[in-house]
Amino acid sequence: MTKFEYAPAPESRAVVDLKPSYGLFINGQFVDGTGTSFKTISPATEEVLAEVAEASAADVDAAVKAARAAYTRVWSKLSGADRGKYLFRIARILQERAREFAVLETLDNGKPIKESRDVDVPIAAAHFFYHAGWADKLDYASLGPNPRPHGVVGQIIPWNFPMLMLAWKIAPALATGNTVVLKPAETTPLTALLFAEVCQQADLPPGVVNVVTGAGVTGQAIVDHPGIDKIAFTGSTGVGKAIARAIAGTPKKATLELGGKAANIIFDDAPIDQAVEGIINGIFFNQGHVCCAGSRLLVQESIADEVDRRLKRRLQTLRVGDPLDKNTDVGAINSRAQLDRITSLVAAGEAEGAERWDTGCPLPEKGFWFRPTVFTGVSQTHRIAQEEIFGPVVSVLTFRTPSEAVAKANNTPYGLSAGIWTEKGSRILWMADQMRAGVVWANTFNKFDPTSPFGGYKESGYGREGGRHGLAAYVTTGEGA
Amino acid sequence: MSSTPVDTAVDATARARDLLGVSRLTSSALTAWLHGLPGVDQVGCEARAAALGTRSIKTDSKKWAIDLAISMIDLTTLEGADTPGKVRGLCAKAMTPDASDLTAPRPAAVCVYGDMVATARATLGTDSGVNIAAVATAFPSGRASMAVKLADTREAVAAGADEIDMVIDRGAFLAGDYLRVFDEIAEVKKACGSARLKVIMETGELVTYDNVRRASWLSMLAGGDFIKTSTGKVSPAATLPVTVIMLEAVRDWLDLTGEMVGVKPAGGIKTSKDAIKFLVAVNEVAGEAWLDNHWFRFGASSLLNDLLLQRQRMTLGYYSGADYITDDAPSLY
Amino acid sequence: MSRVEVKKTYKLYVGGAFPRSESGRSYEVADSKGRFLANAALGSRKDARDAVVAARKAQAGWAGATAYNRGQVLYRVAEVMESRKAQFVEEVRAAEGLNPTRAAAAVDAAIDRWVWYAGWSDKFTQVLGGLNPVAGPYFNISAPEPTGVVAVLAPQSSSLLGLVSVVAPVIVSGNTAVVVTSFNRPIPAITLAEALATSDVPGGVVNLVTGNPAEMAPWLASHRDVNAIDLTGVADTDIAWAELERAAADNLKRVRRPLIVDGSAVEPDWTLSPGLSRIESYLETKTVWHPKGK
Repeated sequence: MTKFEYAPAPESRAVVDLKPSYGLFINGQFVDGTGTSFKTISPATEEVLAEVAEASAADVDAAVKAARAAYTRVWSKLSGADRGKYLFRIARILQERAREFAVLETLDNGKPIKESRDVDVPIAAAHFFYHAGWADKLDYASLGPNPRPHGVVGQIIPWNFPMLMLAWKIAPALATGNTVVLKPAETTPLTALLFAEVCQQADLPPGVVNVVTGAGVTGQAIVDHPGIDKIAFTGSTGVGKAIARAIAGTPKKATLELGGKAANIIFDDAPIDQAVEGIINGIFFNQGHVCCAGSRLLVQESIADEVDRRLKRRLQTLRVGDPLDKNTDVGAINSRAQLDRITSLVAAGEAEGAERWDTGCPLPEKGFWFRPTVFTGVSQTHRIAQEEIFGPVVSVLTFRTPSEAVAKANNTPYGLSAGIWTEKGSRILWMADQMRAGVVWANTFNKFDPTSPFGGYKESGYGREGGRHGLAAYVTTGEGA
Repeated sequence: MSSTPVDTAVDATARARDLLGVSRLTSSALTAWLHGLPGVDQVGCEARAAALGTRSIKTDSKKWAIDLAISMIDLTTLEGADTPGKVRGLCAKAMTPDASDLTAPRPAAVCVYGDMVATARATLGTDSGVNIAAVATAFPSGRASMAVKLADTREAVAAGADEIDMVIDRGAFLAGDYLRVFDEIAEVKKACGSARLKVIMETGELVTYDNVRRASWLSMLAGGDFIKTSTGKVSPAATLPVTVIMLEAVRDWLDLTGEMVGVKPAGGIKTSKDAIKFLVAVNEVAGEAWLDNHWFRFGASSLLNDLLLQRQRMTLGYYSGADYITDDAPSLY
Repeated sequence: MSRVEVKKTYKLYVGGAFPRSESGRSYEVADSKGRFLANAALGSRKDARDAVVAARKAQAGWAGATAYNRGQVLYRVAEVMESRKAQFVEEVRAAEGLNPTRAAAAVDAAIDRWVWYAGWSDKFTQVLGGLNPVAGPYFNISAPEPTGVVAVLAPQSSSLLGLVSVVAPVIVSGNTAVVVTSFNRPIPAITLAEALATSDVPGGVVNLVTGNPAEMAPWLASHRDVNAIDLTGVADTDIAWAELERAAADNLKRVRRPLIVDGSAVEPDWTLSPGLSRIESYLETKTVWHPKGK
């Protein structure tokens, strides 16, 4: 029994108008799919939220045709300034309907309302706002002479940040003059379908954005469709590799944003209280369902015990529970399948001899939950140090010197992100130089901004999203090959 | 957990030598120790404070928090224009915060200038449960000789103050003369006798969070029973990030020494919403042992009435207004 | 019996408020056919001085806002301008004597130009700044920053599109502006001021002083608390702008000279795409070094 109990503070669901079933969004209209349908549930309660269409190959074909027609007849003929104005409209409508999107995202994904409200939705709107301004300025973006769009792009996004990933994909594609066929993840289709309504409210020309819901088969149909000029994929490294193989030898281009096993490195002169917050933000934010999560804690051996003590004490104040409660810090695991993966890897960690600790907090009866977990005594060879768990589990290793930290941090096929905690500026810059990672956070973690390019080295994928660099994948200049 | 025993003041220097592991307590020894504390990243600290501020405290927990906050107030008047009438009004308010609802708790203390202590005592008596805190040591600037500062302290104690709120010499601190700051606190602590000592660091003048951390540790080392943010005469006064740093300091001091030290943010906390954010910070940074008016205070004047307004709203079920809250200390102007 | 209109009073826009000229003076503004339109405030050197004070006061806060925030504010100005389009079209028609179609085109272009600049707020740093590969173990980065308070002589002829084209590029990067409006065509400027005042633009970021540039320009050109001056508006006036440039040399203000064609100052063709030039004129580049080591 604690002294200061926080009473339930639920965000109301009333702002969302959930329909019992959803069709596909093709050529500016909601239409029935020709395939089967599936259910999307709330991972916190396992209640069915809605029925969603599973787009068949024929549906994908219709979407691609609509996108092509829109590209040829309308979108490619508009000035950049006019494309920009549509994107500005979309950005503003997202801001106007922010609460609705945040609640829907939390219901469908399981992430805390605090995060959807304060991170996912605002940054998604900001992405549209930023890219709106590029639409008529591409000549200034150092993309080469006469940058032109590819045509129709196929975009496949994951379930961990549904709305944010949608923004990261659609905004630059449209700004540069492409049209889009987008497939949201099968466990989180609802905010993409609500976004389709925003496109209608913004009077976006029909066919410029098409949303086809479905699972792996629908995704495959997009990847294989000859009418798709470029693919943008965010998801697992395994599927990313499959896409790279599938398009080999074809004219199709791809950018891939895949998994990671980032090292979050704490030096003995780190600002220790903020470093502990950084560890927490690094791996427990979004339930650890983050490709760039700081899932390996590399702590300098001289302060390892102290960091361990402070971290575990701080973890006791993390609140796990109803994602719609405004005080919840850690929400539900997105699916039964993901929960099983986490559970199995954590069991492997124990079997390998690492020491497991969790907060012991109570968990709701229904839904998919995993307590924030810390593994100490972890070695590089352990599976929990090599494989992406994608859950609220941190593996702690130690190091002695900066060079050793670099070696351990880079000793992985992944290369998405890294964290460095030290008060010494020159060490930050030297370490940043050494990290084979596309995003380096120093004295902070998991910070995202539309102006800041994001993407990985090695098997974390290729291509960048955001910033000036993120435009490059969506244009062709026709020079060279 | 214990409050600093009376005779520790005498041994402050000896204890400090012990903790630092030095044979002589010098300014350079203190410098090495204070500058060896972990740094504070400003952006990260402010982000934590902002995150704590997003907690949504409703219904029962809000009622509880409001009552706790009221009980933690040092109800303050520190004006050059203070008269016996003003102080009597303040004390009457402390004894009956809400004339329409006698279940409202009393604030922890009234806070007045040393020469008003006797007036306060005459109104409060000895069993109201409301303590008398007096500011001393040439409050608010602290710019006077040690002799004057000690005399200021002794007179307030002799007049019946239960608590003394002293100011540190910020000039000495910013010039790096940590030993002088230490000695002044230790001396004032001796002069307090059985009165509890709150050390005002005037964090607005210290500016950096690293300085706030160092001043907190120096004050605790020298024997302060409470570390306090501000005199209320300088802006910024009590902010949430500064208070988070102080809560981290007292938490870590407890781990190191087994002793508890209290925390008092003062100045600029006007609304119930603000006060509840501070209580959330206490809860999640230092821990629930500090959720007690023996270990946490708000230095405030208008905050009390806003808390009472919210309390009335929760009792009545609709919004109340200023006409329904007694104001015994309206502004001069 | 037709309705008696409520006629408008036109004042200055300084520090987010609409004061009259401290001199108490006004002057007659006529439309393109010489018919009386309104009395506009005749700004004095003291009004210009007060505007500089307001601009300086607002500058640190405006530069300290995030680029995203400035972009949002500027886009909001465009939204408000769009909602007042009919009013702007009527005023531009009256001021410049354009037919309705061309007046509407000018107003559309002005709003679109404002949107163009709004979109630069969070991008020009990426285009104009960058990492420098110095020959040593140093992190070295160059980044543009706003220069401070910029005095602007707005063009005489293009009363809205020209005005927007000289004001927006100044403030998008975090500078604040003291603008002397077109002498004979000030009315759209005051309506623009109303749009600014209702668009979350902090007071003092843009100050619009109506009146005679010949009277006020020398005081702005010599003012030591002004960091840069745009002389575009000297075209089609008798102002000896070389004198202004000479006065500006006292504190080495950054001077943007008017467009010179065949030896004379002329007003630019505002329909041309502006590029980055007007943003760059009011930026300083700061380069920072830091060693890299364990």
